[in-house]
Amino acid sequence: MNVFLFSWSAGILGVAAVLVLGRLVGGPTIPDRVVALDTMNTLAVAIMILLAVVYDSVVMVDVAVVYAALSFVTTLFIARHLEGGTGR
Amino acid sequence: MSAFLMFLILAPLLAVGVAFNILGAVALYRFPDVYTRMHGTTKCTTFGTLFIAFGALAWSLGRLAATGDGRFITMALHVGVAAVALLVTNATGAHAIARAAHRSGVGPRQAVVDRLAEDRRKGGEA
Repeated sequence: MNVFLFSWSAGILGVAAVLVLGRLVGGPTIPDRVVALDTMNTLAVAIMILLAVVYDSVVMVDVAVVYAALSFVTTLFIARHLEGGTGR
Repeated sequence: MSAFLMFLILAPLLAVGVAFNILGAVALYRFPDVYTRMHGTTKCTTFGTLFIAFGALAWSLGRLAATGDGRFITMALHVGVAAVALLVTNATGAHAIARAAHRSGVGPRQAVVDRLAEDRRKGGEA
């Protein structure tokens, strides 16, 4: 029915995620790479929500929630490592 | 609810979401330094993914109205949880990256004034 809208959106967002990969590989500084990784994680969550509609499965939305939480923990961990030293 | 009416609701939501996500990806290449890149990508991808979640929410509510299957209530609720989780974590994560970038010595490029660096040079714990 209207599912093709979701599958095409997921495809376009996949192209955008590949576009982000360029900055992730060739970013001049480490915070640049972290920002690119964060962007890719958000795009992955969006693609998961879209594919959950395409494949009509609720489990994929749960995977998207857990992925968002884990990417947040990863981002905080890298940020703490960049700051250096003990936590304040 | 007819399929065409659902199309008229879904297409703008998904179009706005995909357009903003692509703008966020392009912003990584069009801005000069970390802080402006973060400003472009975080806001655009959060807004775009929120609209994609709205699209999935509208789809599951429409399916619920069409079929009356209880599975779509679960789907709508979980999409809402995902949207809230994304809203909270993206903003906090971007703030953490910006703070860490400034503390690790990556300054803003082409900036005329950097008040945070001035304050920290004066000895304040900024």
